[in-house]
Amino acid sequence: MNINSKNFQPNGPRPKHLTIGRIGMYCFIFMCALFFLMPLYVMIVTSLKDMDEIRSGNLLYIPKALSFYAWPKAWSEACTGFVCEGLKPGLINSIKITIPSVIVSVSLGALNGYALAFWRFKGAYFFFGLCLFGAFIPYQVMVYPLLKIESAIGIYSSLPGIILVHTIFGMPILTLIFRNFYAGLPIDLFKAARIDGGNFIKIFFYVIIPMSTPITIVAVILQVTGIWNDFLLGLVFAGRDNQPMTVQLNNIVQVDYGVAEYNVDMAATILTSLVPLFVYFISGRWFVRGIAAGAIKG
Amino acid sequence: MYYLTKNLASKISLLPMIIISLTVFVGCIIYSFIYSLTGSKLIPALNYVGFQQYERLFKSRKWDVAVENIFIYGFVFTIGCLVIGFLLAVLIDQKIRGESLFRTIFLYPYAMSFVVTGLVWKWVLNPTFGLEHSMHLWGFDWFKLDWLVNRELAIYAVCIAAVWQGAGFVMVLMLAGLRGIDEDIWKSLSIEGIPKWRSYLFVILPMIRPMVVTSIVLIAAGVVKVYDLILALTSGGPGYATATPAMYVMENFFGRANLGQAFAASIIMFISVICILAPWAYYEFYFRNKEAK
Repeated sequence: MNINSKNFQPNGPRPKHLTIGRIGMYCFIFMCALFFLMPLYVMIVTSLKDMDEIRSGNLLYIPKALSFYAWPKAWSEACTGFVCEGLKPGLINSIKITIPSVIVSVSLGALNGYALAFWRFKGAYFFFGLCLFGAFIPYQVMVYPLLKIESAIGIYSSLPGIILVHTIFGMPILTLIFRNFYAGLPIDLFKAARIDGGNFIKIFFYVIIPMSTPITIVAVILQVTGIWNDFLLGLVFAGRDNQPMTVQLNNIVQVDYGVAEYNVDMAATILTSLVPLFVYFISGRWFVRGIAAGAIKG
Repeated sequence: MYYLTKNLASKISLLPMIIISLTVFVGCIIYSFIYSLTGSKLIPALNYVGFQQYERLFKSRKWDVAVENIFIYGFVFTIGCLVIGFLLAVLIDQKIRGESLFRTIFLYPYAMSFVVTGLVWKWVLNPTFGLEHSMHLWGFDWFKLDWLVNRELAIYAVCIAAVWQGAGFVMVLMLAGLRGIDEDIWKSLSIEGIPKWRSYLFVILPMIRPMVVTSIVLIAAGVVKVYDLILALTSGGPGYATATPAMYVMENFFGRANLGQAFAASIIMFISVICILAPWAYYEFYFRNKEAK
């Protein structure tokens, strides 16, 4: 996919005069922007209103009086079923799941890509093909058998269990992007390192890894947003004690009993999306490359 | 022996990939297929019943609803994303001011999880306090937006939320295509005096066909597996009105303890994803490589 920064530069200068057509165009694009921003805006203002104002007032108005009641409640008191600890445990769980999963899956992807690009052996590409095929399989097909495998090894419903699952499902796409990146490196460099006596491990650590920064950024963005936003795998594999933030958020909002507190729900929703939004805003164009690579994942 | 020890480090390092490919990716499909031919209920059992599970599946009213929903959703979501994505890309391509700001605004929903997307739209479309209420407060008493509680329209509410989330992604893909068009083509089009909208529709759009195809395939592959979004937005309701195949599978696995049925449904899901992706993958990875040579 041809998404690099060069392609994002407009061709030629901006027209000097504003015509009727251009004004109309600006109006239209402005309306579109409002539509895309509206849910984010509604989320924020709702989280800052109290329930009386939410019931009587207009969804789209800014709060008459700022109320910070919802935020601490969403953070540490909101109830999921019988436990009322808010989203804090979910956030900690999400961090505990995301960091090791990202490290393990990206390292393994880099190693796979390196072995496939420079140390091909007979049959390696057959297994690579099988692995790529795995990216297309819907999770629903694999969830139950994988659950059986994990309980046979004894890690189902635990932190290592969910980390293994994220590593497995990240593997096809990570191997692919690392292999493609390494295949684009000049082969002479590798040959020179070989002549200088480098072996598999030495060349990987001293020659290849130092050159891998750009693709590693892409891979990390892809995995951090993907794993943080995951719901299904966390629900099935993480177990009750390690439920990620998305699962807890859904449990908080979908409670069947008691009075719905929409401001708390919205505060919790914002809290859950902070990490991916932060990654998105600081990473800019890297983000696009990352998501474009990950879009086919099951 | 030599063949085994040659290049040994590489073989060892690819071992996890080989094991996972064989046991998880291939193994799970075989496992699911075998057990889809059994009458397994709460635990997987090898009581072979032939294709009965599939027969039951195709006769099931709920599966019918799920398949119908996935077609509506797939159609509206794909068309919506393509049209809005292309339109936004064209607008952004007009050398406008604040281009990067607009691009950021249109793409940020894509960073959000499906759960968050679903919950936000659940609130915005809330029939009591949501947008409908706002419009009534502004005096538009006729305004009606009860999609979430309307059996016929609930699936379209899901489509709106999904398009909101995914259109920016299509925009980025299309924009990359538009920016790859040579300036000379634009010059010759303007010399010919062809209006801009016609140039975009009849000249440029066919030229960025690879990007369009990629967008369609990526969107379509995402359609089949839609689960979290619907769970958060409607929980499959009202009643069973917005259920999807993925939901049917999960419910039979974990809710109803009807494993055989779930396996059969998941195999059907798998086959439909392959039908969507195989021609594209063949073209991308095989045909193109041949062309390049």
